[in-house]
Amino acid sequence: MDRNRDYTSVMARKGEIMKKSVGIDYGAFESGSIAFDYEGMMRETGYTLEEIIKIQSHVHVGNTPIIELRNLTALARKCAKPGFGARILIKDEAANPSGSFKARRAAIAIYHAKKLGFKGVISATSGNYGAAVASQAAMAGLKCIVVQECYDSKGLGQPEIIEKARKCEALGAEVVQLSVGPELFYKFLLLLEDTGYFNASLYTPFGIAGVETLGYEIAVQFQEKYGRHPDVVVCTNAGGGNLTGTARGLLKANAHSIVVGASVSLAGLHMASDGQFNRKSFTTGHTGFGVPFSSWPDRSDVPRSAARPLRYMDRYVTITQGSVFYMTEALASLEGLEKGPAGNTSLAAAFALAQEMPQDQMILVQETEYTGAGKHVQPQLSFARENGIKVTFGDPKDEVPGESLILPAHPSLIKATDVDLDHIRKSLIKTALGGGKTPTERDIQFLAEETRKDESFVRSAIAELQKNQ
Amino acid sequence: MIKKGAWVRIHKIVLEPRDRAPQVPEDTKTVPLELWVKGWLQKDAEIGKEAEILTRTGRKEEGTLLEENPTYRHGFGEFVPELLVISDQVRELVFGGGK
Repeated sequence: MDRNRDYTSVMARKGEIMKKSVGIDYGAFESGSIAFDYEGMMRETGYTLEEIIKIQSHVHVGNTPIIELRNLTALARKCAKPGFGARILIKDEAANPSGSFKARRAAIAIYHAKKLGFKGVISATSGNYGAAVASQAAMAGLKCIVVQECYDSKGLGQPEIIEKARKCEALGAEVVQLSVGPELFYKFLLLLEDTGYFNASLYTPFGIAGVETLGYEIAVQFQEKYGRHPDVVVCTNAGGGNLTGTARGLLKANAHSIVVGASVSLAGLHMASDGQFNRKSFTTGHTGFGVPFSSWPDRSDVPRSAARPLRYMDRYVTITQGSVFYMTEALASLEGLEKGPAGNTSLAAAFALAQEMPQDQMILVQETEYTGAGKHVQPQLSFARENGIKVTFGDPKDEVPGESLILPAHPSLIKATDVDLDHIRKSLIKTALGGGKTPTERDIQFLAEETRKDESFVRSAIAELQKNQ
Repeated sequence: MIKKGAWVRIHKIVLEPRDRAPQVPEDTKTVPLELWVKGWLQKDAEIGKEAEILTRTGRKEEGTLLEENPTYRHGFGEFVPELLVISDQVRELVFGGGK
């Protein structure tokens, strides 16, 4: 193949490379204007829930236990006003083969790649998804490449990311490590083109449909054990797939729990900055992904993302880094469960939210993740300190991401901060209308579905945009 | 000299600073996009010199030879005593008092 391999030429071939590597004709769902057939895409290219349960069960994924956190609930009640402090429960997704809920997504992507006859899969991820893809590819006998943003320009990498590289390699994957920058996508495209492998993207319909079993299991297990559904389900929100899939699964089981997204606040840090790369203590589950991916899901590595969290989110909260580290230690000390901090983002939020809810209600944290050297509260705090971040006790509200990491002096200081969802909704509408498009009636209806609002909200947001132009 | 067939790690520049994407922040634009990958060395080579490897998926990559049998050096880091404070605090709040 004698094609230009420079940045501009490769990026210009993006559509062509993607089409070959995903096996979906996204054009079939496009309307030609803003709207596209989201449910149609999920239906036509996905699998039924029953098929997915079967595929996952064959590769030991899913059916993870729900654990009631009685001592953490007691701690929340010590901090809440009398009569408040809902029961806190956790779905132990670390029990999946690769140690996180991401195994659910990878199982379907790898099954599909194998069915289509691909010899290998590629995934661009620094997170748990890489390990999940590597684990599932190992079981399926497929080759696997994980492309990782790993080091800054001094060659310094976060212990968490390096641990995930180790895990991917232990599971037989080739790990391509890169320094900081969005051009990771350029190398990713070149690899897809050179190998002809399947793009095991997090954002295809298979990837999202794979998480629906998580929501479905929550509803079924709750019904069996407690005779009801959880009042609130808290999902860590980054790229949006975790929340989207869980919420869709809950709805498929007729559970109408309130779905809350939670992200670690990394306000002020630029995600593509070489200098700031190692000044954040969370590599996933943070607002650097959560906010942009909520307000514009189609920024991902496929033409249309199946992860569309704004369609399902009832509420979106942020929590500080120090609060998550505190709760991770509390989980180990009070419940005997040692888990990775990133997965505890939703736990820290739930701890604060439980205090707003009466004692007879139930709040479920829908994930845990594996932990170990590098991917543990201790190396992450130690790494922060080595990089000049001030780690102290105090009030988490004073934490400045990239400068300080404040461990709450008392658990009652752990607070969830609401994100203005209408602001994110308007931002989505603004991007959709980019370049001054005139929306059709169908587009208005679509934007109402995208933002989980009515058409009058969309119309007034558009009027507001036009007024400000 | 590292022998042909050894498991090694190489490094290369993927994009020079001038070739970086336009949307990259200023600090990132001043440094190249670098790559590290592991594989089997295809010919005897010296550390610091150009070398070709065959990766685990059977791809060929070229770059500067860095090390043989690359290992993992991450661990649990330096001890963070604050974690003991948190542990004692939550245990005292839940199980302490009156005992």
